[in-house]
Amino acid sequence: MSTVLTAPPVETKTNYLNESYGIKSWLLTKDHKRIALLYLAAITFFFAVGGFFAVLIRLELITPAGDLMQPETYNKAFTMHGVMMIFFFLIPAVPAVLGNFLVPMMIGARDLAFPRINLLSWYIYMVGGVFTLYAMVAGGVDTGWTFYTPYSSTYSNTQVMATAIGIFILGFSSILTGLNFIVTIHKMRAPGLTWFRLPLFIWAHYATSVIQILGTPVVAIAIVLVGLERAFRIGIFDPKLGGDPILFQHLFWFYSHPAVYIMILPSMGVISELVTCFSRKKIFGYGFVAMSSVAIAVLGFLVWGHHMFVSGQSVYAGMVFSILSYLVAIPSAIKVFNWTATLYRGSISYQTPLLYALGFIGLFTIGGLTGLFLANLAVDVHLHDTYFVVGHFHYIMVGGAIMGYLGGLHFWWPKITGRLYPEGWARLSALVLFVGFNLTFFPQFILGYLGMPRRYHAYPEEFQVLNVMSSAGASILAVGYIIPMIYLIWSMRYGKPAPANPWGATGLEWQIPSPPPSYNFEKTPVVTEEPYVYSHEEAQVV
Amino acid sequence: MTDFPLLPEQASTIAQSVDTLYWVLVAISVFFTVLIFALIFVFAIRYRRRRPDEIPRPILGSLRLELFWSITPGIIAIAVFAYGTVVYFRNSAPPADAMEMFVVGKQWMWKIQHPEGHREINELHVPVGRPVKLVMTTEDVIHSFYIPAFRVKMDVVPGRYTTMWFQPTKVGKYHLFCAEYCGTEHSRMKGWVYVMEPVDYENWLSGKATTETMAAAGERLFQKLGCQSCHRADAPGRGPVLAGVFGSTVVLATGEKVVADESYLRESILRPQAKIVAGYRTLMPTFEGQLTEEQLLQLIAYIKSLGTRERIDTGP
Ligand code: HEC
Ligand SMILES: [Cu+2]
Ligand SMILES: [Cu+2]
Repeated sequence: MSTVLTAPPVETKTNYLNESYGIKSWLLTKDHKRIALLYLAAITFFFAVGGFFAVLIRLELITPAGDLMQPETYNKAFTMHGVMMIFFFLIPAVPAVLGNFLVPMMIGARDLAFPRINLLSWYIYMVGGVFTLYAMVAGGVDTGWTFYTPYSSTYSNTQVMATAIGIFILGFSSILTGLNFIVTIHKMRAPGLTWFRLPLFIWAHYATSVIQILGTPVVAIAIVLVGLERAFRIGIFDPKLGGDPILFQHLFWFYSHPAVYIMILPSMGVISELVTCFSRKKIFGYGFVAMSSVAIAVLGFLVWGHHMFVSGQSVYAGMVFSILSYLVAIPSAIKVFNWTATLYRGSISYQTPLLYALGFIGLFTIGGLTGLFLANLAVDVHLHDTYFVVGHFHYIMVGGAIMGYLGGLHFWWPKITGRLYPEGWARLSALVLFVGFNLTFFPQFILGYLGMPRRYHAYPEEFQVLNVMSSAGASILAVGYIIPMIYLIWSMRYGKPAPANPWGATGLEWQIPSPPPSYNFEKTPVVTEEPYVYSHEEAQVV
Repeated sequence: MTDFPLLPEQASTIAQSVDTLYWVLVAISVFFTVLIFALIFVFAIRYRRRRPDEIPRPILGSLRLELFWSITPGIIAIAVFAYGTVVYFRNSAPPADAMEMFVVGKQWMWKIQHPEGHREINELHVPVGRPVKLVMTTEDVIHSFYIPAFRVKMDVVPGRYTTMWFQPTKVGKYHLFCAEYCGTEHSRMKGWVYVMEPVDYENWLSGKATTETMAAAGERLFQKLGCQSCHRADAPGRGPVLAGVFGSTVVLATGEKVVADESYLRESILRPQAKIVAGYRTLMPTFEGQLTEEQLLQLIAYIKSLGTRERIDTGP
């Protein structure tokens, strides 16, 4: 293709992308926007790796016999899928990419509070990633992403150590990002930007950061203890050495249940931005949506025992964890109702980001409701560790978190790259994703209730039909991920140049050019009103 | 539709109640899913943007509505929680007359022993209509004993006993799975549960050669290991009389009271110093590492078989 014909129009001003060139200007950058792009590249890579393992899993499960891979290979495949997707993709996805890019801009700041630490956290992430990739090529690890002891600490003879070190290191990047956001949100808000004028994206990131800071050290400790037991036979978890295997589950889920909210809360923040913008309405019940994020962050720390109903935990402990798990559903329900109510009497335009947002609301609703089954003591005894659980958390994490991430990525893509993506392709792929997703994961609810355990390499024949449906859905899902990857990359060069505010959105980030200059704001903005003021007409009372 | 079932077979006394609860949850979920999807569709179509410069009138929110949609789901959640907890508690304690069987998990098989001494691997034969209690442990990693047709599952944890129970209601052959990931052959750690008519079960039992019951095997071990030198049958010696200890409340040297269940007996044998019975000295040697899980279960079966009488121990 001729470069002359497609040469981009001349940019008049310098921006964060063209201000300096060369690999060094990127690897040593302290600009939060460039760091966001470094993260974008890294997490996309890990997403592809995790996706590759998902493909292997779905291929193996087309037939009941374990015929495609050795059992050990299969176990490594689902472990790597989980590790890559959760630790290296979902947890950093929205905060480290969109959050990094937008938190300073949305509050009218020129950067995060600690730009160097921000870069450091990317490097820590990469070092953790390298360790984990090393573990992968040096033979892989087969403990499942949950690392249950004493299997992980004594019995598995795969690369548990290298993976554990990788995840341990990675944890610091998450902690530092959280710390950076909290300080930034506290100290660097523009004049007039009071707490209740903050965009809901910021509230969601604030709540997420709190969980990252409080939860991550606990999982880091658990991982260190597994390492110590493995290396020096110090009895912590293995009863043969005098340890308690259930202790690990407490430590692990004390982090990993809140980690679910690390993955979903930032996406919820995105959805609030999308729904308001594409219906040109103020969010319905701002205070409730903001405070529900905080409630989720707090309650999320009190429900870890619902992963352990059949672990031999006391029935009374089970009861307490069950009711707390039901309570944490309420703030999520509040959000769903408020988003839906925001559409009421709006002016709704079906741009791609909104399609993702609506997809999120629908799928998250299903994911949340199926959580009620698992929080229920009597039903969970039957459903625990079956495909029902697999279906449930994919509805939350793929149907929820990833839909939110993709919706946000499309929404802010013009701001990030200065280019518009092709709307037709984007709508198509959002639709393909929605269909593929449901076909992949809905059958898993039925499989689970029928009794198919998770992490099974081979399974009884009567489960085949549903597994084939799931694998078929996964192939559609894959197409739904590949199309956006192609057109987004394409649009970076060939997309139409984006105006500063292509969606007519409120929010400080839309008042500066696309792509923004390195320092974001020429003059520190002064905020005089709440977010999402699309109309100054007097509010209607309902 | 038999070709495309949505539920596994209902073959235990609790299956029905769990399924009813399940359908209640399905109904609630369908209701809310349809509600949200319908609202989204109606709003998205009804309030679609008609002019590019259209700006709707803002709505701030409504405290009444917020309360309504926090409290209503809240009440539903509490109700479902209560319902599930009641079903769970009703099914949590085994009836007193339950038959006892012993399960030892091991990478990657289930070893099962009947009180009469019969051993099975990856198979469990039980008579229909009788409650069965399983006392379970594992030699290595955590496994989970799962019979979908009975709607029961319990993790099997090294170093301790977990128990579960069920009462089969339907003669047949049902899946037995390991539900907790336990390593390479996790997906092959499965077998069958055979529910038989009581007569067939008796025939099956008598058709199988067995040397001795678990309690008898335990008694032999008890002699061989020299337990009786301290634990005499008639009167307290250096150690307490073990008859009647199972199920009784033991007063410890610390003043604490514990109920002597299987886990307590297990600990008393493996790590006697952990809990000292009031009035006794720390004399008992530890048997940690000297007994297999099966031998331990036999010893416990023996101690339990002494347990019908009132406890006669009054201290040394
Ligand atoms: C050297 C003497 C000695 C030997 C041998 C011995 N025990 Fe003991 N055992 C004791 C004493 C003393 C106690 C009470 C103090 C304690 O709790 O450790 C005790 C307590 C127990 C208890 C708890 C009883 C209760 O009332 O709570 C059990 C069960 C038990 N022993 C089983 C065994 C078994 C089984 C063996 C053989 C494998 C065995 N003991 C061998 C001395 C002994
Ligand atoms: Cu197992
Ligand atoms: Cu297993």
